[in-house]
Amino acid sequence: MDVQKIREDFPMLKVKSKKGHDLIYFDNAATAFKPYSVIDAVTSYYTKYSVNAHRGDYELGFTVDTLYEEARERVAKFINCEKKEVVFTTGASFGLNQVAYGYAGHILQPGDVILTDEAEHASNYLPWMNIAEQKQAKLEFIPLDEHGMITPEKVREMMSDKVKIVAIAHVTNVLGAEIDIKEITRIVHEYGAIIVVDGAQSAPHMKVDMQDLDCDFFAFSGHKLCGPTGIGVLYGKYELLEVMEPLLLGGGSNARYDMCGNILMKNPPYKFEPGTPPIEATLGMKAAIDYIDNLGMENIHKYEHELRDYMLKKMQSELDNVEIYNANVESSIITFNVKDVFSQDAATYFSDQGISLRSGQHCAKLLMDVLKTPSTLRASLYFYNTKEEVDHFIEVCKSISKESMLDVFF
Amino acid sequence: MSSMMNDPMILRQIIMDHGEHPRNHELSQDPTYKEKHMASDSCIDDIHVQAKIEDGKIDDVRFDGVACTISTSSTSIMSELLIGKTIEEAREIIKNYRAMIDEKPYDEDLLEEAVAFKNVGKQANRIHCATIGWDGMEALINESEEHHD
Repeated sequence: MDVQKIREDFPMLKVKSKKGHDLIYFDNAATAFKPYSVIDAVTSYYTKYSVNAHRGDYELGFTVDTLYEEARERVAKFINCEKKEVVFTTGASFGLNQVAYGYAGHILQPGDVILTDEAEHASNYLPWMNIAEQKQAKLEFIPLDEHGMITPEKVREMMSDKVKIVAIAHVTNVLGAEIDIKEITRIVHEYGAIIVVDGAQSAPHMKVDMQDLDCDFFAFSGHKLCGPTGIGVLYGKYELLEVMEPLLLGGGSNARYDMCGNILMKNPPYKFEPGTPPIEATLGMKAAIDYIDNLGMENIHKYEHELRDYMLKKMQSELDNVEIYNANVESSIITFNVKDVFSQDAATYFSDQGISLRSGQHCAKLLMDVLKTPSTLRASLYFYNTKEEVDHFIEVCKSISKESMLDVFF
Repeated sequence: MSSMMNDPMILRQIIMDHGEHPRNHELSQDPTYKEKHMASDSCIDDIHVQAKIEDGKIDDVRFDGVACTISTSSTSIMSELLIGKTIEEAREIIKNYRAMIDEKPYDEDLLEEAVAFKNVGKQANRIHCATIGWDGMEALINESEEHHD
């Protein structure tokens, strides 16, 4: 991968901070920058097409329909599933809520069990908490191992005939740990339960193959893989999509209805897509997938892990003022703290030097239990980050202390 | 006082001192204390502020919780500043503190050590840290007056 050449594709990488520093963006787990091809796809929609999808009795309408469905086809190829199993959503959060309320909400009986864990993002935890309460089902937690991992062995220990849904992340958002979804799915299916996978942090960084994983639902967002915000994908096995009820009703998702209360819904995926979708974002996401596949997901994964190893080794050998929480986890994320400096104070210092990092709890509650700290800093890398950026990060990190972190206010 | 309070080294030491050794940093079990839970929706700051207000006078202020240096320190300084003040005096101090944070004219003599935060506006995303404890205190003062009506 020619990273310098790749960087030319991203206008955001030319932006300077207020103080004139080059922008070093290490918050890719939150969202990723967009290449020109994605931005062009978005603006092209407004300059060349700009009409609604699924409405077209005229030339432009037909063109937009075709482009929109090509985007669905492209997603299907990207995650290796059938086109009709691709539901467009607003993002991973919507997809997970759709499964919790629309699927679990219909099949759960009192006393049934939903399994999740304490490393989940709020989007793959709160909907389950809520639906469990509504249906008098139980929400149980798969214990994390000492590295914060969810292992097939621990899942097996928690399985029983009462477990109907298992909801876990493919890659956890605080530690970036890759979870063995394929093996866990096999165990979950042995018990006749279904598995719902939060793919928000995996789809941008590794090959995700629905046939290979065999999971039942898989949700991800476009914006974390260099696509626009406001668009995402929910994959579901078709027979499950047929059973699932849509969360929203409206134009475009019903085939016909009358004023006596009879509704005939369209078939999946269309029954889940009422209203006018973010068409420009959908076409932008297709361009993002094209861009990423052109680089090659395996190349991206390999490069990110090399860069992360470089960063980790440098932090371990050159810095004595940091504590790293996920050194033993394969990941493109480094979760750490600067000793004696509260995470948010450190993040402000980094920001003042042009480095964007995330501080806080990252929507996950495992910190206190596994990491024994109320908050952390998270540096999350992507394929356009460089060793030079890491070197600069190391120099800035060296200079942080409980005294110097106040420099930014004086 | 004012020349000392313009020395960045002194101001920095004030923030660090209160950040590392916050005053009044223990909640009271006494039911006559009123309490506000202040949890930021944009960051991790999550503190409880307590005040004992009687006959228009602030007898005590306490706080505790998980928070960054800026919010711990600013709340600690607020607690020292407002204990023993009348509600009227406290409102005047709060008003001046907010004016300072907003980079408007203020009376620095009223604010004492709290002037250490006069530059917090340089990091706009941290203004909330410097005011979260003060917001809690102001809410407690407002409530105490409602109870008297």
